Amino acid sequence: MMNISKYLLVTIILSLSLRAQTITAEIILDKIDANLVIDEAISSATMIIHARTGTRTIESKSWIKGKNKAFVEYLNPVRERGKKMLRLDDKIWNYIPEPTDRIITISGHLLKQSVMGSDLSYEDMTENDKMSEMYDAVISGEEVYNENECYVLELTAKTEDVTYYSRKVWVEKSTFLPRKEERFAKSGKLLKRTEIQEIFKIDNRWYPKRMTFKDVLSNGKGTEYIIDEIEFGVDIPDYMFTKAALRK
Amino acid sequence: MLTLKLAFKNVTKAGLRTWLNVLILSFAYVLIIWTDGLYDGMSKQVVGDMIDMEIGGGQFWERNYDKFDPFTIDDAYAPIPENLEELVKNNEATPVLFRASVIFPQGRVQSAILKGIDPNQKVLKFPSEYLNTGESDYIPGLIGSRMAKNSGLKNGDIVTVRWQDVNGTFDATDIEIVNVISSYVQTIDNGQIWIPLKSLQEMIGATNVATVIVLHKDIETIPSGSPLWEFKDHNFLLADFYNYLDRKGMGSAIMYGLLMAMALLAIFDTQVLAIFRRRKEMGTMMALGMTRGGVIRLFTLEGTMHGILAIIIGTIYGLPILYFSAVNGIAMPEAVEQVGLSLNSTLYPVYGIGLFLSTSLIMFISVIVVSFLPTRKIARLNPTDALRGKIA
Repeated sequence: MMNISKYLLVTIILSLSLRAQTITAEIILDKIDANLVIDEAISSATMIIHARTGTRTIESKSWIKGKNKAFVEYLNPVRERGKKMLRLDDKIWNYIPEPTDRIITISGHLLKQSVMGSDLSYEDMTENDKMSEMYDAVISGEEVYNENECYVLELTAKTEDVTYYSRKVWVEKSTFLPRKEERFAKSGKLLKRTEIQEIFKIDNRWYPKRMTFKDVLSNGKGTEYIIDEIEFGVDIPDYMFTKAALRK
Repeated sequence: MLTLKLAFKNVTKAGLRTWLNVLILSFAYVLIIWTDGLYDGMSKQVVGDMIDMEIGGGQFWERNYDKFDPFTIDDAYAPIPENLEELVKNNEATPVLFRASVIFPQGRVQSAILKGIDPNQKVLKFPSEYLNTGESDYIPGLIGSRMAKNSGLKNGDIVTVRWQDVNGTFDATDIEIVNVISSYVQTIDNGQIWIPLKSLQEMIGATNVATVIVLHKDIETIPSGSPLWEFKDHNFLLADFYNYLDRKGMGSAIMYGLLMAMALLAIFDTQVLAIFRRRKEMGTMMALGMTRGGVIRLFTLEGTMHGILAIIIGTIYGLPILYFSAVNGIAMPEAVEQVGLSLNSTLYPVYGIGLFLSTSLIMFISVIVVSFLPTRKIARLNPTDALRGKIA
């Protein structure tokens, strides 16, 4: 009886340690995707832009459906209120209500331009792609970042049309959220750094609450992005992702 | 002949009144020629500089390129077609590749257009040879003085530049400013960094592509285009400048129209006064047998004499002034740069014989008209009333 118990204990320990050892970069990416990739969601967020000339706060509400559909309405400050943005695949339409009441189309490389002078590009803001589909990954080590045990992953683009050719990601072991990320140009030059300062658990997934984006080539002090509210699995009507919705 | 002699005598007898009118009219005459010459000189200089430095004998544009829409730049590239490739080899054409980028001078974020040009090209007078720096850790970059002023960059500075390759992937590198060129042509300067063509092609991940292909200004036959490449001639490439000149021309026409009007008004005034004051003289002339037409001719000729004298006097003092400014040029204030004109610091006016003749003719006809208008009253003049000092 004693032998059986020992045998069981050893088996459990072995299987647990084996499980810990067999975690792969691909599994980590899948877990990150499970946390961050959204099927359908409505969120409210606050963006605090710490520019060289001062700080600006912009509040917005977003509707996201899959990886190619997003609709953003700016709520505050008054100057930005009523402005809307629609993304469908690789095209973005910006609606400016006053004084011109016009819609500006943005496409192609312009998706990589900064949103309202922030450190986020249109693509960063509406990105909902699966990392596992875009990047090959290797675990390069383990580190403690901000008192969080992390896997350090090095990602290299699988396809040629990704914005950042490579990334280095510090993934928290307990939540599988990328607590810190460095995004690199093809030449290896560091372009952007993101950090997740606060997280929260909702609908069985971990999600960033407060994060910071920093364009490292510029002198700005970065942009904070705070998720005030988010609701997953909502049914967003299709008309929300039409140009007609911009003027409503 | 008698009328002519009489008219000349009457005009010179009027003394200061005549010479003041003549002086004002001659001043308008000289100023009109000077201004027109200045515009002609400016036009010749700017067009010449733009042809030498930028547009050559015309350009082939990749069909997606629209110079009024900066958003088209990154999609505007295509392989150089075979017929133009041959011209490139013979130094009769040179390809230039454009790419939108962001530079970070002293950590500031600033948009810039990267322009790739062959450092050894002989098609344009653009000083691309500065880009032949040999082995270096950095890509050599050439900027204009306005770009240097706007970005705070100077010779020897290293600046980080970020762009996207043909797949839209971000890339970044450092560029060393190897020279700051002082160019009069703003369109090769503002917001642009020139780098070697091969470097830019490698940076975006596309070989042997270009956005525009510039032909040599002395090229004899314009090669045929293709669905991907459209030819743009001088009329198209210089349209902005010609439009600017037209707008400025309208402005100056109003200015010297006013000037002429002031001078002509003085003549008109003199004529009206002369007819009023000399009615007894008119009556006497008519009583002695001069017809009404003869009197009208005399007074019109007297007025016209002002114009003739103005042309003579204007030529006497204006010619040395115009000659001096044509030879030594006129220094341009810095403010001219700010209105978007690519001008040399010294502008050389161009005065042609056509300009003199046309200005003289316009002034001559205008003077005849304003001299004649007040004399119409003479047609209704009764000689006996005139002798009594009355006028209808």
